[in-house]
Amino acid sequence: MKKAISAVVLLLLISATGYFAFRINPAGTEPAGASNTEKLVLTGSSTVAPLAAEIGKRFESRHPNVRIDVQTGGSSRGVNDARAGLADIGMASRALKPDEAGLKSFTIALDGIGIIVNAANPLTALDKQQIIDIFTGKVTNWKELGGNDAPITVVNKAEGRSTLELFLHYFGLKNTDIKAQVVIGDNQQGIKTVAGNPDAIGYVSVGAAEYEAGHAAAIKLLPLDGIAASVENVRNGSFPLSRPLNLLTKTEPAGVAKDFIDFARSADVNDLIEAQYFVPVAH
Amino acid sequence: MLKNRLATALIWLSAVLICAVFARLLADMLLNGVPRLSWTFLSTAPSDAGRAGGIGPIIVSTGLIVLVAVIAAGPLGLATAILLSEFTSPSRRFGRLIERSLEVLAGVPSIVFGLFGNAFFCIYLELGFSILSGGLTLACMALPIMLNTAAAGLRAAPDDYRLCAAALGISRTAALLHLLLPAAAPAIIAGLMLGIARAGAETAALIFTSGYVDRMPDTLMDSGRALSVHIYDLAMNVAGGDANAHASALVLMLLLFTINSLATCLTRHWLRNRIMTS
Amino acid sequence: MTLSKRNILSPSLTDKRLAWLLSGCALLAALIVVLILGFLLNESWPVLRHVSLRHFFADASWHPTQGLYNLMPMLTATLLSSLGALVLAGPLGVASGLFMHYYAPPRLAGVYRRLIELLAGIPSVVYGFWGLVTLAPLVGRLHPPGVSLLTAILVLALMVLPTVALIADAAFAAIPPAYLRGAAALGLSPWGTISGVVLPAARGGLVSGLLLAAGRALGETMAVLMVAGNAVQQPHSLFDSVRTLTANIALEMAYAMGDHRAALFVSGLALMLLVLLLVGMADVLSRKTAYA
Repeated sequence: MKKAISAVVLLLLISATGYFAFRINPAGTEPAGASNTEKLVLTGSSTVAPLAAEIGKRFESRHPNVRIDVQTGGSSRGVNDARAGLADIGMASRALKPDEAGLKSFTIALDGIGIIVNAANPLTALDKQQIIDIFTGKVTNWKELGGNDAPITVVNKAEGRSTLELFLHYFGLKNTDIKAQVVIGDNQQGIKTVAGNPDAIGYVSVGAAEYEAGHAAAIKLLPLDGIAASVENVRNGSFPLSRPLNLLTKTEPAGVAKDFIDFARSADVNDLIEAQYFVPVAH
Repeated sequence: MLKNRLATALIWLSAVLICAVFARLLADMLLNGVPRLSWTFLSTAPSDAGRAGGIGPIIVSTGLIVLVAVIAAGPLGLATAILLSEFTSPSRRFGRLIERSLEVLAGVPSIVFGLFGNAFFCIYLELGFSILSGGLTLACMALPIMLNTAAAGLRAAPDDYRLCAAALGISRTAALLHLLLPAAAPAIIAGLMLGIARAGAETAALIFTSGYVDRMPDTLMDSGRALSVHIYDLAMNVAGGDANAHASALVLMLLLFTINSLATCLTRHWLRNRIMTS
Repeated sequence: MTLSKRNILSPSLTDKRLAWLLSGCALLAALIVVLILGFLLNESWPVLRHVSLRHFFADASWHPTQGLYNLMPMLTATLLSSLGALVLAGPLGVASGLFMHYYAPPRLAGVYRRLIELLAGIPSVVYGFWGLVTLAPLVGRLHPPGVSLLTAILVLALMVLPTVALIADAAFAAIPPAYLRGAAALGLSPWGTISGVVLPAARGGLVSGLLLAAGRALGETMAVLMVAGNAVQQPHSLFDSVRTLTANIALEMAYAMGDHRAALFVSGLALMLLVLLLVGMADVLSRKTAYA
């Protein structure tokens, strides 16, 4: 019994020391000058996160005393955290809304949104009205548009996502108008859903779709208003549906945050942006 | 006679069916994942958003998170299991209350754990996005499983042991330590195994607590990406990440499988040496 | 067990101290659930304050950004998918346990046990991923769209099967050999032994295993998110796309603000109520079961 009690006491002592050891330097509040590392925390859109993480790694390799921590949580999280000061920089995969105008936003890349259908679908183009009819449920079978005799599976994005809001804005619809059979979260889920269903139609990031289509995924991009959906067309501005990827701060950035944002907007990271199938902003 | 034949046939059939389905699953994963597996994959850091490079720091983060979870949940679960099986009677309210609340805990969705862990460990206790937060959240998730199995094992220990101990005048604590715990050891280890499996496979809870950073962690207070989160990111968020997602999934499965097998072997060996059951 | 009463057999100080220590630990463990419930209530309060509960059952649809909060289709989806998963995984899991203990030759049983242990360690993400890429197209060929209630049931059943099988295995291992010898002495056939002796003796363990599996199925998020289709509608057939409460939270939490966010926490609360109901039911059912 004595052994057990001493073991428990010892364990408590060890955990107490450990706890207090960590308490002295709680995460993210290193006093400047006490140690040399500065930490920058970014939170927000999961679309921007991989890109921000890669830019962060390159930044760290050039500035050995800085650590860039990227967390996900969605564009709204990025806006909220930037506003509340919980993160140094917020990431959003959309432009700021009117009630978020107090924040400063810096665009680091562009991303197009294109309509995709299964590769086995014989149709090669759909005009604006046809797309509206499909997504609002007026047209429910591909044969009404000259395709196969099969019910259309409409793939829509979940409420609140930036891609959805842009899509609705472009086609002049409300989310309650859309009659979808499948609702997805991230781009890759959309791509895999459409690839696995010969009668599906959906919309995802142009870059990701272009990559997957080029790597034998069973999808194909449809042109929008006659303009082919390609990263090239987003770059030269001719593709009508695109969104900015933004870094947000509460006040004018200074210090490490400013260095990082400037670095992210410079031509030094264009290869990283293209590696994620986004389009660098023209310089 | 016919019932026996039917029963035998059905049971063999279900075993074969299960094997077939899982064989298909494993084959799919092996086919897609093995080409990317290599020693460099296991030791280098991820690059190009995880599509190139390896998963070294991620394995370390995962190991640390699971370790924290086991250290936090193991003793707590064992203590509660001992209380429930030895010191309280099921007809009294205290024991029933504890048991019911732990059953409810077992049913909490993983995403709610993630949000709770974020609000409680990361924000209220100011641990931030860290391995510690992730481990403690997972401890809450794995607790019911560990407890359940340990309690079942302790309850199944023959009453003879308790009676003999009382007859010899040994305190109940000593009886516990020297007789009942060794007798229930296989169940306790099994509970630990299931708990580790639950912890290692968890995704939603970790995204909100231990975070997304894929750097090699320096301390428990650093944010560290777990393997399951990495697999989710590669499969669902990064274009072209499928191959590495499969490979990482294989690594995770192998890791968990090794832990499980080790635990089972240890139990068998230990059992043989400590105690003889009829 | 009458031996468990605190005040007989052992008034030793050591035991009293141990009892207090254990009670403290147990209370801590039980406290976690209270904290979680409190957290959920706290976060759902903003919307519960000015939206009456009736909205959550009777509104036209689920469009929280426009003030519509009907949870019923998602509640139905959660219940049906978990029930379906249990109906599939329960018997199969128990059959696996029986297989390992009474039907398979020892070496095969060992290999099979290894396989089940391997499967217990597969992350839910992998199940979801495989379900989306392999299973959904297969189901889609039967009836579009492929991602549906059926796919969700199948994937959930796969996920909880190892848990049920392993717990059944442990339960069968805990049966006193004396029972089996007694059955053999009475000349019972293999199936007679199983149905008359083994299953009733292991009932407590099996029920708790099924409860754990039910909890796991109800709470699963990632895998259902990927394979259920996520359309908010009452399912009229197994092939309809559905959204569970957990998938709903995961899908919309990242982008929800204000009332929308609080409404998501209300759905989390609804789920917890479901679990409380389930546990309460099981409590009533198990009152007569032996404690072994």
